[in-house]
Amino acid sequence: MPKRYSALSLAVEGLRGHTGWAPAWRRPRPQPAYDAVIIGGGGHGLAAAYYLAKLHGIRRVAVLERGWLGGGNTGRNTTVVRSNYFYPESVALYDLALRLYEGLSRDLNYNIMLSQRGIINVAHSDAEMEICARLANAMQINGVDAELFGPEQVRRVAPALNFDPQARYPVFGGVWHARGGTARHDGVAWGYARAADALGVDVIQNCAVEDFLIEGGVCKGVVTAEGTIRAERVGLAAASHSATLAAKVGFELPTRVYTLQAMVSEPVKPVLDTVVLTLGTGTYVSQSDKGEFVFGGGLDRITSFAQRGNPPVHEFIVAGLLDAFPGFGQLKLMRQWAGIVDVVPDSSPLIGPSPVPGLFLNCGWGTGGFKAIPAGGWLLAHLLAKGEHHPISRPFDLDRFARGALIDEAAGSGIAH
Amino acid sequence: MQLFPCPYCGTRDETEFRFLGEADTPRPAGGAAAAIAAWTRYLYFHRNRKGRVAEIWSHAPCGETFRMERNNVTHVVYASASLRKERAQ
Repeated sequence: MPKRYSALSLAVEGLRGHTGWAPAWRRPRPQPAYDAVIIGGGGHGLAAAYYLAKLHGIRRVAVLERGWLGGGNTGRNTTVVRSNYFYPESVALYDLALRLYEGLSRDLNYNIMLSQRGIINVAHSDAEMEICARLANAMQINGVDAELFGPEQVRRVAPALNFDPQARYPVFGGVWHARGGTARHDGVAWGYARAADALGVDVIQNCAVEDFLIEGGVCKGVVTAEGTIRAERVGLAAASHSATLAAKVGFELPTRVYTLQAMVSEPVKPVLDTVVLTLGTGTYVSQSDKGEFVFGGGLDRITSFAQRGNPPVHEFIVAGLLDAFPGFGQLKLMRQWAGIVDVVPDSSPLIGPSPVPGLFLNCGWGTGGFKAIPAGGWLLAHLLAKGEHHPISRPFDLDRFARGALIDEAAGSGIAH
Repeated sequence: MQLFPCPYCGTRDETEFRFLGEADTPRPAGGAAAAIAAWTRYLYFHRNRKGRVAEIWSHAPCGETFRMERNNVTHVVYASASLRKERAQ
């Protein structure tokens, strides 16, 4: 059992020269059989393992990660958490995630550095203000905090924005979502891994899943480089590689794989204490605790499994940032990177049973996976434990495409992802 | 900036091109009589192969719609061929 983290343990270790810290989790190799195996050691997979052990009492669980924990999209996103969605189904899902995030540091005994600094979606025309009013109304009806801001209120929360009326994207107002903010992305993966490990879950890194074990048409485990691992139920939470793995057992997913870029500037003193998204360019930005501006924008519109971005979109995102914050023009860009995201036509995730009995899905999060980690894990844990949907995940089943019951958040909330 | 080969205009900047979808995805035979599952698959589901893929692209300035084979990990382009010419053969 790892040591409980607290201000006292930090102080004691500080006095002892930090010699008493133990590794946060074990490094087990796979056992021949588990009750449940989860493919993908990102946030969603680790969270699912934690909730399986904690809420459902299922502790013979393995998380199989082909690289290192949180080395995919969990460690590549821009750390924003929010719940500003349009449809009731989406609100139920993303607000569950945000509510779990709000208690997560205490729940996991791990500081995920949640900072609910508020998010402003900035509108640049009367027409966009009408769309913002529609979104704010929908959020309020669904019980999520939202406020329609005029230009002066936007100036109060983001004074560094370009308020010149002649700007290419002038500020008309926007939607303010006060509970949104940022969290430390690595911390979320590490916190879930440590807490799951403490409950007996085997968190196994450098173990790629190569195929599934199918007996009588039912998924009975996975095949890895370290041998076959049997499992009563298997969860697939491998983001863009979920479709690649699904092809091994002969089914397809309604996803397309795109590159999503992000980047950081050099660090400067605090000038932006909220998250700003400009609707005109899709660029969004926050300032990290270190002082770097962390920002990103829309997808590279070329399907790709390469974890790097192309220059045209990179330039567009930077141009969008400088339109919104001309004062940032002197900053140097420090790093640029990309993740590959699996985008579903209705910009909503795929959660539920797969066409192969015994195999359950949690993928298709597109560009919005990080904010949803606690809910995605919580719902996949429910599926793996009960073998059936929780009411919150039911609308996100694969069957919505045959039924025409899409949950089109790209159209609904106007958030491109 | 990546360059893509338009069969009509030659090599052009990637920003001029639009990805339309995976190649070799015929419409379900039978039109409205085809099964719901066949239509669902045709409309929404994709192969998502990693590596060498065949796709349909269009070049916005000239309107050419063509088939391009490329590698979606390395971004190497192997070939592009006009769909218009294929039909004429």
